[in-house]
Amino acid sequence: MDNRPDVPALFLHFLMLAAISIGGTDTVLPDMHRYLVEVHGWITSKQFADAYAIARAVPGPNMLYVTLLGWQVAGLTGAIATTLALAIPPVTITLLVVRLSARNPGAPLGRAIKLGLAPITIGLMFATSWILMRAVNDDWRGYLVTFITLVVVLRTRLNPLWLIAAGALIGVAGAV
Amino acid sequence: MPQDAGTPGRDPHAATGKRASALQIFLTFTQITLSGFGGTGFWSRLVLVERRHWLTHRDYVDCMSVAQLLPGPNVFNLAVIIGHRLGGLAGSAAAISGLVLWPFLIMIAVGLLYERYGELALVQRALAGISAVAVGLVLANSIKLASVLPRRWRPWLFVALAFAGIGLMRLPLIGVVAALAPFGIALAWREKH
Repeated sequence: MDNRPDVPALFLHFLMLAAISIGGTDTVLPDMHRYLVEVHGWITSKQFADAYAIARAVPGPNMLYVTLLGWQVAGLTGAIATTLALAIPPVTITLLVVRLSARNPGAPLGRAIKLGLAPITIGLMFATSWILMRAVNDDWRGYLVTFITLVVVLRTRLNPLWLIAAGALIGVAGAV
Repeated sequence: MPQDAGTPGRDPHAATGKRASALQIFLTFTQITLSGFGGTGFWSRLVLVERRHWLTHRDYVDCMSVAQLLPGPNVFNLAVIIGHRLGGLAGSAAAISGLVLWPFLIMIAVGLLYERYGELALVQRALAGISAVAVGLVLANSIKLASVLPRRWRPWLFVALAFAGIGLMRLPLIGVVAALAPFGIALAWREKH
């Protein structure tokens, strides 16, 4: 395992992931974990989970955990590299589509692509949940908090911010 | 669409045809992103539709559908699409910068704090609690999204295969998507015809 960070390789890998991240960045999270933690050992699984949690706790798009991942790997250059890599392909592709879509509205192939990719996207989201759950929860108490959160979100309209605050308090109280 | 701005009604997607300056767009997305504890999805709808009245709910849903279909963070794509509707290329640039610039700087500050204080027991315990909750939120999202799938075995086979390939076997994503996507799209195409 080579622990020295390689920022150009990091940039290119995240660029590739961003280009295929249909359904949002969480679908490529497992591959980020594989690349950063398992293949290169640049950060630990704990650092990875912390970055994800911090991004949830501060204002802004949740997927800016990639900024923190880049920061942990290689400081400011790493942070800029992962953030730009995350933004460039989606912004470019979206602009192209927006500018072309006026000419070709409602193509049936587009609908088949959407229908065909939806189950794969959802399978990837479950994989993300699974990998995060195993990375962050040490024992049954963590799983219990995760389960209670799940039930509250599915059953009520409570702002998730309250759950995040409650999670921090439960953690500080030493209950997970 | 901006090229149709002078002829409202020509483009069915440009239902309201509202325009905004790059500065207004930048400031609005700044407001959205800085309100967005726990994510920006909730706030972007509230501010763009209910406060600014730049889009109707229907427009917002249409833009969301396109954003979700394209690769990348949905909120990034949504910012590009809505920015483009409101102010062309400059509008897209303003929206995405407003959305990302401030959280990026916050993240750098947090990264510095984490390096310094991340090992503190109190911070570690708070993060452990937040992490457990955050995972619950992701899982809830997955379940809510899964509810749009039809109750037939075929789509669920793809859910299971994607989950097994990535979650259990830990295969590289690009290989799994390249192997599953053509079959998924072909089956969806055949079911339609």
